[in-house]
Amino acid sequence: MNQMTEQSYVTEDGRTIGGTLMEMRNISLRFGGVKAITDISFDIREGEIRAIIGPNGAGKSSMLNVISGFYVPQEGEVWFRGEKRPPMRPFEVARQGIARTFQNIALFEGMTVLDNVMTGRLNHMTTGLFSQAIWKGKAEAEELQNREVAEKTIDFLEIQHIRKTPVSRLPYGLKKRVELARALAAQPSLLLLDEPMAGMNVEEKEDMSRFILDVNDEFGTTIALIEHDMGVVMDLSDRVVVMDYGKKIGDGSPDEVRNNQAVIDAYLGVAHD
Amino acid sequence: MAQSSQAADGLASIPALLQRNVAEFGHKAAYREKEFGIWQSWTWKQAAEEIDKLALGLINLGVDEGDFIAIIGRNRPHFYWSMIAAQSVGAVPVPVYQDAAAEEMAYVLDHCGARFVVAEDQEQVDKVIEVQDQLHQFEHMIYLDPKGLRKYDHARLHEFKHIQEQGHAARDEFTRELERRRAKLGYGDTCVMLYTSGTTGKPKGVVLSNRNVIESAKNSAAFDNLGPNEEVLAYLPMAWVGDFIFSIGQACWCGFCVNCPESPDTMMIDLREIGPTYYFAPPRVFETQLTNVMIRMEDAGRVKKWLFDTFMAHARSVGPDLLDGKPVGLWDRLKYMVGDLVIYSPLKNTLGLSRVRVGYTAGEAIGPEIFDFYRSLGINLKQLYGQTEATVFITVQPDGEVRSDTVGVPAPGVELKIADNGEVYYRSPGVFEEYYKNAESTADTKDPEGWVATGDAGFIEPESGHLRIIDRAKDVGKLSDGSLFAPKYVENKLKFYPNILEAVVFGNEREKCMAFINIDLSAVGNWAERNNISYSSYQELAGHPKVMEMVQGHVEEANTSIAEDSMLSGCQVHRFLILHKELDADDGEITRTGKVRRRIVEDKYNDLITALYDGSTEVSTTTEVTYEDGRKGAISATLEIRDAAVVPVTPQKVAAE
Repeated sequence: MNQMTEQSYVTEDGRTIGGTLMEMRNISLRFGGVKAITDISFDIREGEIRAIIGPNGAGKSSMLNVISGFYVPQEGEVWFRGEKRPPMRPFEVARQGIARTFQNIALFEGMTVLDNVMTGRLNHMTTGLFSQAIWKGKAEAEELQNREVAEKTIDFLEIQHIRKTPVSRLPYGLKKRVELARALAAQPSLLLLDEPMAGMNVEEKEDMSRFILDVNDEFGTTIALIEHDMGVVMDLSDRVVVMDYGKKIGDGSPDEVRNNQAVIDAYLGVAHD
Repeated sequence: MAQSSQAADGLASIPALLQRNVAEFGHKAAYREKEFGIWQSWTWKQAAEEIDKLALGLINLGVDEGDFIAIIGRNRPHFYWSMIAAQSVGAVPVPVYQDAAAEEMAYVLDHCGARFVVAEDQEQVDKVIEVQDQLHQFEHMIYLDPKGLRKYDHARLHEFKHIQEQGHAARDEFTRELERRRAKLGYGDTCVMLYTSGTTGKPKGVVLSNRNVIESAKNSAAFDNLGPNEEVLAYLPMAWVGDFIFSIGQACWCGFCVNCPESPDTMMIDLREIGPTYYFAPPRVFETQLTNVMIRMEDAGRVKKWLFDTFMAHARSVGPDLLDGKPVGLWDRLKYMVGDLVIYSPLKNTLGLSRVRVGYTAGEAIGPEIFDFYRSLGINLKQLYGQTEATVFITVQPDGEVRSDTVGVPAPGVELKIADNGEVYYRSPGVFEEYYKNAESTADTKDPEGWVATGDAGFIEPESGHLRIIDRAKDVGKLSDGSLFAPKYVENKLKFYPNILEAVVFGNEREKCMAFINIDLSAVGNWAERNNISYSSYQELAGHPKVMEMVQGHVEEANTSIAEDSMLSGCQVHRFLILHKELDADDGEITRTGKVRRRIVEDKYNDLITALYDGSTEVSTTTEVTYEDGRKGAISATLEIRDAAVVPVTPQKVAAE
């Protein structure tokens, strides 16, 4: 597979991978004297599942935060849909069609699952506070439309039984799924998942993997994910970026990455100079 | 509604009943299903249109008269329509347990030679694809939920909606053919084929005719005054005869509405929203509900708990009498009314049982405590005794004659007789036609005069005329001293304790009885939490000394109660152990309907049984387990064996009843 081509191709399992959706060009990010990311470039193509892996502290989450606009890099450019993205606030990034989940779940604990999922629809609502309060005409129609999307997401992720349950009462694995539902309800073109399987047992991991594949398959959503669990990553993703100490040490298909000496060293812990 | 054995008014098939319902209650809701958080509903007229489109689509796909169409999925209107559409085109619907593993499914599909399969989703489609090489007659599969299936090879795979669309497009060509086939259906034609879950050996295909189904539905509906305004919740497996009779037979006969839950996990929520008037649940469901109520009451505040305890005690003393219309004092009535206001009504509402007019439980014995709990709340819960081979009904409890220890009087149209060995025989219009492709078993079960052996031992109480079931006839044995051994009787006594989920008792042709116990994880887990006992797994909790102690207490109490029954006092449990895993249908230890497969358990845990009898105080064992996806693993454990105190009894000869 040649990364440089812009032509779309069809994977072995019959999905179509399109042209470049997002491109990171020479990104560097520093916090004071700490270099979190050093000169990293890679692209994300339309319809693919792209993984970013690396040992603890490699800068994976920082990378995701750059993509989602939480951090603004000191150097480098972010290109989205063929245009260079000016520095943006996270909500503006969200409006562009990028949704995300968080490593340590960031749901509204006191609200029900349904209400949490509905917040994912916020960017699709246009009526003002006043008309929503009166809830007549346009506001009502809009809420119904958005509720339908939310309900379809709930159905898709099989969380109907906890629709009206406050999130604080849910176990960890389900909270993760609710967070995915909220991100999915936004109908994003790029979905960012920050360690979707952290802290899960084998069964929950299998379920989550299934959902990630289904989302990609059913809606054609491009997915970029960070993950610790190598086995899961290799099974799920089309292409993998490997980071270590803020640098990119590998990029390619799971097989290429698996046989990359630098990657093996990073994971087995060869001494750094 | 005439009680004739001939079809009244030409209503000789389910499709004919459907057409009558369209004419009589066309605009009344026939099916509801919750989807995307909203109850969607179909009137009889709309349902008939959906069924017609599907039936035309089936003809278009090449379904011939006499073909078998397997239906694999949870309760959804579309599958009920599929069954009626299959009947409409002269085919035979065969509902299959959707949680069956691929291999079990392969046996059934191959045995009936299903040419067509209607499956729910990717999971079921995958299972059929996995075994399709073993199925020589299998041709086409129709699926309902397209999620994840888009890229499958669609040469033999079709979406439900597309089949309907194709059928609708071909209506000019095939409507006449459909009407011809539908008009031909008679009382003698096969209505459905249901595979028995099989506590022993391979499942058998029970062939039920239109006569069986319609007569049974008609008689039972008259018995309980069921009318077109009932609401039922269809949540029990579609492959089970009860669901077929309630959700198709009686629903089409009476014209009432069948409600399907959103998903299996939402059943309790949906139950509350629908508030069925006619409700069926196996004892296990009532048990779980009661356990949940009790667990939550343990955590309730002091005032609430006091109210609950006080009024429930009152309900237990007068509730059942009120329900049976027996005389109750004015003061007690007033107190009950107050209780209704503060406890009973809100509780019934929480349970989703506020509107239940007729409730049934069957399949297993229900604990008297559990049974009385629901009845004392004013819920008309009754027991029935039935079989697939009888099209459900053998005996039922009439209103006002309800007890926890009998299964009622013969259902309308049913004759009963007890053989010399105690086995119960029956004859009724519901008696099945045959076991499919198994003339030998048919002859073993049904004699030329139409009497069918139930396989259960029981007797008819002389004073009330009610039938009492003791146990499976083949499980009833003798202890080595010659006294009667009825394992189920003892197991039921044990299972009535909320902490005990399942028990298996051994002792046939042995000196004493011994038992395996399965604890109920939710009940014991909650107890452990309240008593600061930490555990990380089922196995660890099951082996905890305090749990052993508690179970020992239950066993000893049960022994005391068993000792009171002079006929069965020899069946007291002398030693027991708590199993390190729950008995599971995936391991073949219980059936899909939750009945213990005694022989399999006996073989599999032979080492444990030996240890029970040789007097050892602990035993190490390794057990193979099967995961849901068919993979295998093993767990090993060291189990403690305990002695339980027994009440000494002088063996006495009792004349058989």
